[in-house]
Formats: sequence, structure tokens, C-alpha cells
Amino acid sequence: MDIHEYHAKELLAGYGVPIQPGKVAFSADQASFIASELGGWHWAVKAQIHSGARGKAGGIKLCRTYHEVHDAAKGMLGRRLVTAQTGPEGKIVQRVYVEVAEKFERELYLGFVMDRKAERVRLIASAHGGMDIEEIARTSPGSILQAIVEPAVGLLPFQAREIAFGLGLNLKQVSRAVTTILGAYRAFRDLDASMLEINPLVVTRDDRIIALDAKMTIDDNALFRHSNVAEMRDLSQEDPREAEASQDNLSYVGLDGDIGCIINGAGLAMATMDTIKYAGGEPANFLDVGGGASPERVAKAFKLVLSDANVKVILVNIFAGINRCDWVAQGVVQAVRDIGIKVPLVVRLAGTNEEEGRKIIAESGLPIISAETLAEAAERAVAAAGSRHVPT
Amino acid sequence: MSILIDEKTKVILQGFTGDKATFHAREMIAYGTQVVGGVTPGKGGQTHLGRPVFNTVKEAVAATGATASLAFVPPAYAADSLMEAADAGIRLVCTITDGIPAQDMMKVKRYLMRYPKDRRTMVVGPNCAGIISAGKAMLGIMPGHIYRRGNVGIVSRSGTLGYEAAAQMNALRIGQTTSVGIGGDPINGSSFLDHLMLFEQDPETEAVVMIGEIGGPQEAEAALWVKEHMTKPVIGYVAGLTAPKGRRMGHAGAIISTAGDSAAEKAEIMREYGLTVAPSASELGSTVAAVLRKLPAARGARS
Repeated sequence: MDIHEYHAKELLAGYGVPIQPGKVAFSADQASFIASELGGWHWAVKAQIHSGARGKAGGIKLCRTYHEVHDAAKGMLGRRLVTAQTGPEGKIVQRVYVEVAEKFERELYLGFVMDRKAERVRLIASAHGGMDIEEIARTSPGSILQAIVEPAVGLLPFQAREIAFGLGLNLKQVSRAVTTILGAYRAFRDLDASMLEINPLVVTRDDRIIALDAKMTIDDNALFRHSNVAEMRDLSQEDPREAEASQDNLSYVGLDGDIGCIINGAGLAMATMDTIKYAGGEPANFLDVGGGASPERVAKAFKLVLSDANVKVILVNIFAGINRCDWVAQGVVQAVRDIGIKVPLVVRLAGTNEEEGRKIIAESGLPIISAETLAEAAERAVAAAGSRHVPT
Repeated sequence: MSILIDEKTKVILQGFTGDKATFHAREMIAYGTQVVGGVTPGKGGQTHLGRPVFNTVKEAVAATGATASLAFVPPAYAADSLMEAADAGIRLVCTITDGIPAQDMMKVKRYLMRYPKDRRTMVVGPNCAGIISAGKAMLGIMPGHIYRRGNVGIVSRSGTLGYEAAAQMNALRIGQTTSVGIGGDPINGSSFLDHLMLFEQDPETEAVVMIGEIGGPQEAEAALWVKEHMTKPVIGYVAGLTAPKGRRMGHAGAIISTAGDSAAEKAEIMREYGLTVAPSASELGSTVAAVLRKLPAARGARS
């Protein structure tokens, strides 16, 4: 789960990471009031969306008067902001962060990720902050400093010192950077983050170290033990269909094709989509109904897939282990009757109780196209989609 | 022969008395697995499915001599149960549980390092379908009837795609030694490589099917090992050619985040290292058959 910059900063501040004074606003009036409350001479107004690269897209404005703060907030709130990372549809701005702006001397990069190869937390730092890490890796790979955290003891002060000296900081800055780096690591560990990026981490003229931006992703599987963080979820930043699916314990990802997919198991779902493509078609979505697919869950899956207007055919592919084909078949038949599905439907059932399942489909009298193998299912779905494109 | 488990392996279930564990324990027993008891803290002394229940894994091991465990424990407590099994001397613990925090698995893996290699517990999973040695024993939730005894090993991240491979092979009368699901999480207890090494040593296994998916470095690492050390042919497949970058495809680990993570790149690496890559998921069985036909002596690869 991604959280907003202001939430991430609030969490980091609790671990001793210095941030600028700031507050979130939901309206332009509130934004200018916050600026007056914070004091100072300059303020940054920052659109709170789950995306980086906001600056270039007009999502960060430097303001010198309360009026400018008001106008900047007014210009952002309620609009969709399209950045290099959001895709063409952009993301809605429902809140802005107003922060006291300060001059700084240097911009650094500090990040933590769960490294799957090392199976450890990896710290990444660079003296070239302000741009994204892939760009830094491409343009100045030599500037990237790294440390692997040993889980038994956590990030050690000497590792943070090595990084701080490696960034070319002076003595006063080093001791502050060490506190910041260790604090950020503790936040990452305690809050079960899978990614934390402070970019830029800035150095001021008077040798202070400040987290000017923060991006944080929390491991969904660990939210049960961080209810304070779970409450920070902002559904407006997620794809509405994906968010709805996750509430029904379905896993859905929308794509551009026209063959809707309902499958059990993430691996089989991806493989079925690949097989559709191999047979000359285009999948409209990824959808894993998961284990224990009850008739109700199957019905919800149908509704979800059909909410995509591009869908011309639906392919159901179930290989039941923990599931049962007869239950799935009942769900399919019920869904077809209740929802009134108007597109062709291809169903392939295999595994536990496959005979019973196929019998239910065959005896339903519904115009369902049956398939026995994965190849057959994909070919029949592609053919059905094609026949609607080009009537023969 | 087979790897990891056979009809002689003594098995316990952690979280034995829960509904799902009970259902699958019955299936495992019906398949011929030696289920010798189970653990549910607080229910020690009771009998469940005609087998003793213990409060701790240590007690269960002392009383039954179990060497393998299937952990049916909710995500919040799963990591603890895996470490308890390791501490009690269980050699193989498999966990089906989906939703274990990644940092918990990191801890588990670090904890296992406390033991010297020859006594180290192997963890299979989490978020997997388990292990089945065809016709012998099952430590998991798969439909047993789709497997038949034979000479091909399967190691797969996805459970259902592993079934798909077995079913296609079955239709061509090709059987399996053992099928292992390593699970779809970012940090697995054991990797493709761990199981390829076991299959390489198993005299009965003549070829191995390795089924990967997008995300993570494991397939590439295993493919390199195949090139350098494996004498048996390996058939590869990577699911997720149609997966967009940065979008999580169901499994917590199935996300393309860095270069080399995509299905096309992994399949290319497999090919480069001498694996036979199935052109599509619907041709897993036929690709295995083609590879087996080329083996010098088909020592009863068909049953």
C-alpha cells in the first residue's frame, strides 16, 4: 500500500527524521490559513497524489505570499494531475501539503528497499538527489552507495557513517545524517515498509539535514499489525475496479484487450492470458478468484469483468485443487442467469470434481462454450472475440 | 525415489485441528501419507482424526519421531510456527499460508542459519500448494489424482500452474517423481535452485520442469546453475508475458520492478543457459514429451 508524502513524513518525524514544518489542506482557504499559521516567508504547495515526478507536472509550486498559496492550492485541488508515472489518466488531487520552504545547498538521495536477491533490506544513497534512482544509476552509477542490513542486528551506526562520509558531508552534517539514516531505517523496519525513498534529502546552509520529500510503500501483508498506517489508505489514488476487487478478496488488474478472464491462481491466470495472446487474442484483465471460490465470489468476478466495456468474450479457467469445479459451475450458471451476460462465455473446468462441474454446465441449457484444455479454451475465446469483430 | 517426502516420511500438521487443516489432513492420509499427529497449542492430549494432538512441536517430535510438518497457521503467527518447527528438529516444513509479512520471512530465513547445513530445516512456501511425491505421499493441498508416478520432477512458483503442467503430462502418460510448489511470495523459504539440486541428485528423476513467473531474480539464478552443474534436461516456462510493468499480478512477488524481471527476459535467460522453453502454457506437456524422446535411454519414462 502506498501512502501520501505528508503521511510518510509524519511517520518519519516520529523516528527522528527532520522534516520542514507543514500541514495538509483540503481546500484553498485552508491552505492559505495554514501558511499564515506556519509562519515563514516562502511556502511550497505540493499536490498529494501517489506518484513521483510531481514537480515537472505542475504539482509543486513555490509561493511567496498567502495569495499565491491560495491560488496554487486552488489550481491543484479537484484536478487530475498527469505525471510521467501516473499514466495518461492521471491521479486526482484531493489534498495539498503546505510546507515552509527553505534554501538548501545540496540534494541527496536516500532509499531503502526489500532486496529479493539478498533477502535483506538494502540501503541505497547517492550524492545526486532530486532525480529518480534509475536515472542516477544510468548517468552516474559511481555515485551510488549501498549497504545491506543484517536482519539479526539491524542497520549499524558504522554503516550509516560510511554512507554519510561517502556522500561527502562535513563532520557536523555527518552526525546529523547518521541520526537521520538510522531513524529512517527504524521506520522502515518497525512499520513493515517494502520501499522508502527520501528524495531529495537536503543539506541546508547551516548544516541541517532535512527530508524534503518522502515516498513510502507498506507491505500489505503486515497492515494487520499497523492499524494507524492502514487508516492512511487513500482509495481515490487506486484504480477503482482494483480497489473494489480487493474488498471482495479478488485480485484484479485491468488491461487493454477484449477477452475478460476469470481464473483461479495468479500463475495460471498469467499463463492463461499469455495463451490467449499466443492464440492471437488480447486479454482484458488479470483476475484471480483465489482458493475457495464460492458461487457468490464467482458472481462478483463476473460483474467486475463486465464493468469493462471493452470485454467481448469471457473466459473462465479453473483448475481446482482447494476449489471444487461443481461449486464454480453453479456460480457460473447462477451468474449468467442473474446478471444476464450478453457476451459469449467460454468455460474450462479441471481438477477436483471436474465431471460434476462439466455436467452442471452442460445441463444448464445456457449457451456456454465448453473447453477441456487450456489451449482449447484460449482458441475458442479468441475465435468468439474475432467472430464479433468480423461477422462472417 | 523422489525428493523431500515419500511413503515413509512421518508428518505432523501445525494448526492440526482447524477446519482447513482437518480437511487436507484427511486428503493427505487418504493419499497414503504417514500423518502421525499434529500440534494445536492448548489442545495437547486430545485425539484428532485418530491421531494425537500436542501443545508444542517439540513434544510432537519427541513422541512421534516426525521429520516433516505442514503448517496451517494464520499469517500473523506463521513465521513463529516455522521457527518453532526448525527449533524442534523438523527437517522439512511446508506452509500453505498466504499473506505472511515479508519481514517475517526475512527473520525466518535468518533464524534457519543458526543451524549447521547438515541439520538445517528446509522451508517450502509460503503461499504455495505444497509437495507431492506421486503415488507416495502429499504434504499440501493439491488434487492428488492428477499426478501419476513417473520420472519427471516439477518445481513451480504457482500452485495451479503446477497442476496444469501435471495434467498435461498425465494426458500424455508422462508421470512425476515429485512436484514442489515454492510459492508466490517475494521471499520464499526455498528457491528453484534448492529443489533443482535435489532433483539432480535423485536417481529416479530424468528431467525437470521449472515453472516461473514475473518478478525476482530466482529463475535466472537457477538457470545459470542448470547450465553449470545440471546433467538432466530442464524444461522452463515463465508466466506473465502480458503483465505490465509495476503492476502486481496477484502474488505478492509477481511484479516487474527491475530489469530482468519480465517473463520475456527470464525466458531468454533460460534459453541462453540451455533450458528448453515451452512456447506457451498450453504446450508444457508436449514440450516435456519432446525432451524425453530425445533422452538416450528412455528408462521407463512412461508408466
